[in-house]
Amino acid sequence: MIRIVMPAHLRTLAAVSGEVTLEIEGEVTRQAILDGLEKRYPMLRGTIREHVSRERRPFLRFFACGEDVTHKDPNAPLPPEIASGAEPFYVIGAIAGG
Amino acid sequence: MSNVRVLVGTRKGAFILSSDGKREKWDVSGPHFAGWELYHLKGSPADPNRIYASQTSGWFGQVIQRSDDGGKTWFQPGTPAGEPTTNPQGMPIGESNKFVYDDSPETGKPLTTHQWYDGTAKPWVFKRVWHIEPSLDDPDTVYAGVEDAALFKSTNGGQTWAELPGLRGHGTGAQWQPGAGGMCLHTIILDPKNRDRIFIAISAAGAFRSDDGGTTWKPINKGLHSQYIPDPTAEVGHCVHHVAQHPSNANLLFMQKHWDVMRSDDAGDSWQEVSGNLPTDFGFVIDVHAHEPETIYVVPIKSDGEHYPLDGKLRVYRSRSGGNEWEPLTKGLPQNNCYVNVLRDAMAIDKLDSCGVYFGTTGGQVYVSPDGGDNWAPIVRDLPAVLSVEVQTLP
Repeated sequence: MIRIVMPAHLRTLAAVSGEVTLEIEGEVTRQAILDGLEKRYPMLRGTIREHVSRERRPFLRFFACGEDVTHKDPNAPLPPEIASGAEPFYVIGAIAGG
Repeated sequence: MSNVRVLVGTRKGAFILSSDGKREKWDVSGPHFAGWELYHLKGSPADPNRIYASQTSGWFGQVIQRSDDGGKTWFQPGTPAGEPTTNPQGMPIGESNKFVYDDSPETGKPLTTHQWYDGTAKPWVFKRVWHIEPSLDDPDTVYAGVEDAALFKSTNGGQTWAELPGLRGHGTGAQWQPGAGGMCLHTIILDPKNRDRIFIAISAAGAFRSDDGGTTWKPINKGLHSQYIPDPTAEVGHCVHHVAQHPSNANLLFMQKHWDVMRSDDAGDSWQEVSGNLPTDFGFVIDVHAHEPETIYVVPIKSDGEHYPLDGKLRVYRSRSGGNEWEPLTKGLPQNNCYVNVLRDAMAIDKLDSCGVYFGTTGGQVYVSPDGGDNWAPIVRDLPAVLSVEVQTLP
């Protein structure tokens, strides 16, 4: 079971509170997590990644086990703590606007 | 007695202001979608309880929201709260926030680049929906004007959107440039006399008209003069801020351009300047009285750099002669130390016998005049910066 923490605005859009949990088949990668998230919550399509290019929206970042994985290969395996659910995968809105 | 419902989009959410026909006491609901930019909300003329809203964020992109109960509850079309988000095959239902430019070989082929501020070519990139225009007849049909400038249409209540590519593809698209606020399609007018006719306007490309329901388009900028572009009378390139039409005379259009207030008596085929005695002919909003096609309203703004009222006095100007002769309307509006702006979609007119005029400011005030502009009062004073104001006249 994968645990995902999203910004408040995305939780509101998805009508969820707190963490989201997903079951992912196969290797647990960022791509797999986001694909699963968007499949279960289609209202989030386009809000984390662009619809067509599938590129990350510029003001969002991804963290796993305290590490910024934003610029790492989206198909690289994430740490086993993410795959086991011991640690959540974070989608974080960049601090901007000051 | 009739009622009015004012739909206010702000930098940090939407607000709905409701009153009876006296327009003295108001109920305020909101913020809806707190923390998001609400560029525009508009109700369906065919079903006033159907309201569409453009909810945007620099972080999370575009979302379209819809209410079917007059703004009490909202959902993203295709994914109503509590209902399945996927069909039996597991595919997502609805793609209400998916605005994808037409790049098909058949119709999207010529749609490649527009100009950037420095004249270099730049590909179209979707940013947000500036304006939503529901069909006059069908609550499920709705148009969206977007940045980078293009026109989209939904025929299923906002669940899915398709571009009307004839606009970008008619021939001048590669010459369009953004205005200071971005290259936005901000005005959509559906002609009540001729259902095949649509007017739109883009900053800073100009005004365009379709006579076949949005399939083909032509620029309608003859008579516009813009001294800040290389060819002041070019076919396109004019920074049109807003266009308004009176339903009873569909060929009569009024325009607030970056500089100049203009009118057209031939559905945009030609324009004449009617700035007359305005203290400055710069501004963003323009609108027409509900019952008097030649009575129009603007809010002059000091520019280019300042973008606030002249001398710190917030004044609406009214012309009862279709332009040229203007009178300031000040009663109830701040006449000192006022340095707010009134953005292009932030004025609206109701249809009550004593015509109501509304506008919102970047200082968070929404003002109403229940008597055609003679007297003004704030409905609210301290909202986030107001981006848009629309009003529904309800039975």
